Amino acid sequence: MISGAEIMVKCLEAEGVSVIFGYPGATICPFYDKIYDSTAIKHILVRQEQNAAHMASGYARCSASGIPGVCVATSGPGATNLITGIATAYTDSIPLVAITGQVRSDLLGRDVFQEADITGACEPFVKHSYIVKKTEDLPRVFKEAFHIASTGRKGPVLIDIPMDIQEKEIEDFTYPESVNIIGYKPTTKGHAIQVKRAIEAIRSSRRPLIVSGGGVLLSGVKPTFQAFADTTGIPVISTMMGIGVMPSEHELYLGMLGTHGKTVANRALHDADVVIVCGARLGDRAVATPHQMSENTTVIHIDIDPAEIGKNVKTEIPIVGDMKNVMNMLIESIGDYKVSKQWQETVKTWKKDFLRVPPVFEGFVEPRTLIAHLSAMLRSKAILVADVGQNQIWCANNFRIREGRFLTTGGMGTMGYSIPAAVGAKLARPERDVVVVCGDGSFQMSMNELATIAGNNLAVKIIIMRNHRLGMVRELQDKNYNCRHSATVLQGDPDFLKIAEAYGIDYAEANSNAEAESIIKGIVDSDKPFILVCSVYPDTPSI
Amino acid sequence: MQYTLSILVENHAGVLSKISGLFSRRGFNIDSLAVGVTNDPTVSRITIVANGDEYVVEQLEKQLNKVIPVIKVKRLTEGEFISRELILIKVHCAPSKRAEIIKTAEIMQAKIVDAAPNCVTVEYCETSARIKTLIDMLKPYGIREIVRTGTIAIDRGNTSVSI
Repeated sequence: MISGAEIMVKCLEAEGVSVIFGYPGATICPFYDKIYDSTAIKHILVRQEQNAAHMASGYARCSASGIPGVCVATSGPGATNLITGIATAYTDSIPLVAITGQVRSDLLGRDVFQEADITGACEPFVKHSYIVKKTEDLPRVFKEAFHIASTGRKGPVLIDIPMDIQEKEIEDFTYPESVNIIGYKPTTKGHAIQVKRAIEAIRSSRRPLIVSGGGVLLSGVKPTFQAFADTTGIPVISTMMGIGVMPSEHELYLGMLGTHGKTVANRALHDADVVIVCGARLGDRAVATPHQMSENTTVIHIDIDPAEIGKNVKTEIPIVGDMKNVMNMLIESIGDYKVSKQWQETVKTWKKDFLRVPPVFEGFVEPRTLIAHLSAMLRSKAILVADVGQNQIWCANNFRIREGRFLTTGGMGTMGYSIPAAVGAKLARPERDVVVVCGDGSFQMSMNELATIAGNNLAVKIIIMRNHRLGMVRELQDKNYNCRHSATVLQGDPDFLKIAEAYGIDYAEANSNAEAESIIKGIVDSDKPFILVCSVYPDTPSI
Repeated sequence: MQYTLSILVENHAGVLSKISGLFSRRGFNIDSLAVGVTNDPTVSRITIVANGDEYVVEQLEKQLNKVIPVIKVKRLTEGEFISRELILIKVHCAPSKRAEIIKTAEIMQAKIVDAAPNCVTVEYCETSARIKTLIDMLKPYGIREIVRTGTIAIDRGNTSVSI
């Protein structure tokens, strides 16, 4: 005989899961009792469930396996705390499997202690969800959940499991080898005729431009993508989620587009006659108004999700399919096409013209300059995790990514993402440098996870850009609300150095770039976590 | 623009809430909705009549297709399908007016299914347009209550919406 809880563990093992993030509670206890015995799966105890989802997200984004990140919580408040993390993964298309305990199935709907309709509450934020009513269904549900989360447009899948379903014992366990979901057959191969039309449009274009989104990274097609740009010479701009598709210093790469992006990227988008959008939804922060693009621009949109095509930007040539397949098709048929010298030169000139060096304020760290220098101090495959706020824009526009990753939440923009995501990233890639850049606002949203970092001795380096302000909102207030700084001054900030000390984490403070850089150089090779507090001039702008 | 969607879904608990939730959170307006099981007991059909421009309908179809238990979505072509709604109308009816109301029902091919000293109940199974005509004709007598189903629709001729 085998219990539902044992089956759950065996399903995770069968999927190759080696790390899960969670927080126990009464209704998930049967599962926790069995995970206690698993030698294949390491459980990371978080300090708040939302962070378990963010950790699973950071893990999934960085792990080489492509296996969805897994987070676990109990029923009621444990489950509802997960929601923001699940919603973040949904908007950013990150593969997650979230497991929640639920009250006994015979008590469902009676508002008993710690009962919450979590499948109902998560409905708008999950790719799919299950509430398991029979122990016998568990293997099929797990198999389907992992399949749905990691194929097509990736995203979170929720499995809600009542306590009695976990406890019940059944005869035996076999894990299904395949899935057959009648309503779920994502298109992966691009339509040959549309690809042909795309090739024709590119070949007859004079000022083509590629916009890369997170989809390029999610489909693991970076080398082919770079090869396509290199052979054709087409300049590349990226959305926030697409940063890292090209090395920042690559001569064809112009930077991030959008309201907080690089002028050169927006200029190129405005002037381009053919725009190849690759795995991006082009939300309002990327293309705020249709005027950002010329009326005569031909848009080729490649995406695995047909609903994204034509949703935000008028599209002439839609290609639904996995980026990997479509990119290979494009490379095969593009032939000897080369972008005109004139367009390349124009773009290069803009790149030089729009270069700005931020001013330095005495006694403070200039965050943009520090981040621009950061990459050179790290190993080439470093993972930079930015939070949300000014720190995110500073990182997006200034970090000189080489072969590593830039992680942030571009879609949901959830403050507090960086520290837990970095925990997941470090567990997925222990051999790489993992650096967090956050503000003093976002740091305080998830600083409870310093315990998780300390407890597992994860060498995550945290740089806090401390300006005692919610800088991004403050900028909005300066611009749109007559400089009325309502609730954007962080009164009562604790001494972050003492916080670090309390958790037994090494720390330092910097009041100039020279100081900050010398501290960073001294700590990058250490196998211990570190917190660097940078004092930043309060009125430093995002861009 | 009004359009009719025929949607085949897995016959599970919770599927309808996924569909109706999608409509409300994406701001699509539903005029009517009808659900029933198909000849395959594992599959249900949802017929939705909704309003919106071409962009809205296209988005709607695509978003519906993303819902995992949705098996198939088809927009029925105007003029090429048969649609029906069922309505029960309780009409105020003084004995002196009874013959008139019965005559009206006869003209429209509606049925009187119940009667009481001061009212009659009319049953009518027709297109939305004809139902509206009947309601308009009965209004002067005083309508006490209307109970109606959503529209169901089926392709004309050989075509069908099946798996």
